[in-house]
Amino acid sequence: MGDPAATTPANALVLCTEGLSKSFGGLQATRDVSLSLHRNELHAVIGPNGAGKSTLVNLLAGEFTPSAGRILLEGRDITSLNVWQRTRAGVARSFQRTNIFLPLTVHENVRLAAQARTGTLASLLSRAANSRTLFEITDLAIERVGLTQSRLRPSGELSHGEQRQLEIAMTLATDPKVLLLDEPLAGMGQEEGERISALLKSLARDHAVLLIEHDMDFVFKVADVMTVLVEGAVLASGTPQSVRESAAVQAAYLGGHA
Amino acid sequence: MIEVPLRTTRLLPHTLLGRIGLVVLAAAITVLPWLVPSYYAELVTSAMIAAMLALSMQLLVGATGLVSLGHGAFYGLAAYVVYLISPENVALPIWITLPVAMLVAGAAACVVGLFSLRTTGFFFLMVTLAFGQMIFFVFHDTKLGGGTDGAYLTKPLISAFGATLDLPRKQKYLGTYYVALVQLVAMYLGLAMLLQTLFGRALEGIRVNEHRMRAIGFDTFKIKLIAFTLAGALAGAAGHMWALHRGFVNPEIVGWHQSAEALLMILLGGLGSLHGPILGALALTGLGEVAQLLTERKLLVEGLVILAVVILLPRGLAGLGSRNTSNGAGDRHG
Repeated sequence: MGDPAATTPANALVLCTEGLSKSFGGLQATRDVSLSLHRNELHAVIGPNGAGKSTLVNLLAGEFTPSAGRILLEGRDITSLNVWQRTRAGVARSFQRTNIFLPLTVHENVRLAAQARTGTLASLLSRAANSRTLFEITDLAIERVGLTQSRLRPSGELSHGEQRQLEIAMTLATDPKVLLLDEPLAGMGQEEGERISALLKSLARDHAVLLIEHDMDFVFKVADVMTVLVEGAVLASGTPQSVRESAAVQAAYLGGHA
Repeated sequence: MIEVPLRTTRLLPHTLLGRIGLVVLAAAITVLPWLVPSYYAELVTSAMIAAMLALSMQLLVGATGLVSLGHGAFYGLAAYVVYLISPENVALPIWITLPVAMLVAGAAACVVGLFSLRTTGFFFLMVTLAFGQMIFFVFHDTKLGGGTDGAYLTKPLISAFGATLDLPRKQKYLGTYYVALVQLVAMYLGLAMLLQTLFGRALEGIRVNEHRMRAIGFDTFKIKLIAFTLAGALAGAAGHMWALHRGFVNPEIVGWHQSAEALLMILLGGLGSLHGPILGALALTGLGEVAQLLTERKLLVEGLVILAVVILLPRGLAGLGSRNTSNGAGDRHG
């Protein structure tokens, strides 16, 4: 797998899309979207309801096949890869609605995610228990999201916020280059939000992060780069400052916010 | 790094008592034929063969969450394979018939799985039913296996390493009895080991949340196909044993109600454990026998008893020993 930091610059281009489009029957959910995600960068995508944010994540994660356009991961065309192939290639997502294995403990949830990458038949037939590196990867991911105290608890007993953290830990355990985080703050209180905000900033240091979030104050606080989607198309893209000042964005979306 | 106690898969007995219970059951079956008339020993042979079929199906139903109505077809197909490869008046050794029957059943399951596993839920049920009935009609409507009447196999049926099992005629049933017992125990232990591997964990993950399994990078189609093929081959072992035990084949053993009956055994014994199907098969066979003695409405009595068990014991007969779920999970952290 290697250490990407050793060979690539700190803010190297990791993933980009070229003219990505998706239509469902007559509805065009994504129109000609070209964006790029860099390492050490938190890229937030905002837009009103129905702007195609979730469709974009689903296209990047391989859940949907684009009608047109390409997706490149470190220069390699991954447009035709399906969901699990993309995860193995290094594009991992978290879900808007918490999507974990409720009967399993925190540790078991994360370990399952860590195990996926050793998916050859021979390793599948090894005893599930005994792999040291597996435990290390698992514990590291759990520690990173701050769930070490709860690692042996059944995930069904966790608070909503902790389940969101677990969701991110599972994504981390797949050893991703790109993190697609679909509304990680959904349904969280103020205090939990602060914690996740710090976590996202730390994640962006060694991953390319795409964040979809409704909470505008939060987005302007954490994002390095922002893309505004309206009706499936990119309305504006740039630093939070330039997006805030863009007349088009103010007219179409932000309204009195700025 | 803190060591984490690993929970055994929920399908295996969690307590020492549970494990001892299974050993006692196996020991009781081992000595049984010497204590009861041959009629009952043959009945237990039938029950053990049914248990093998239900056990192979538990790999799909209880472990992976796949309910198939085509599973019985692989069982019946394997029984026909024994008939089809046996030349007249010569007994083929079991080390030829068993692997061939399992290979054919497994190959058929692999082909059916390639198509049916692209669907889920209700559609999976219907597609597997359709494939199963196709195999049924091959034997029902063609002369391949004697048509609707079926066909008899050449005796003696069990032979190995060039020598047939040379028992006095009155003790012939002991041969099939112990061969079936050895296979049943081997199948249980083999599946128990398999479920402890990462493959077993992946099956459990698929049962709980297949979508998420794909998102964390598992090729769930491949994993399900391997499970489906393996379950088909194991059903083949059961069908092979059925042919050796009964000495004839007919289309009825390929029909969809074989799958339905195996499902009933799983439900009766318990969806949440690997040994549940074995208990269910023994109980259903015993129940059928008792019901037949008491009344002419055998199926009605069976139906009522199964209904009562499902309502009163949601975890099946296997759930009788343990008190409740949370208890079982809690013990193992200490």
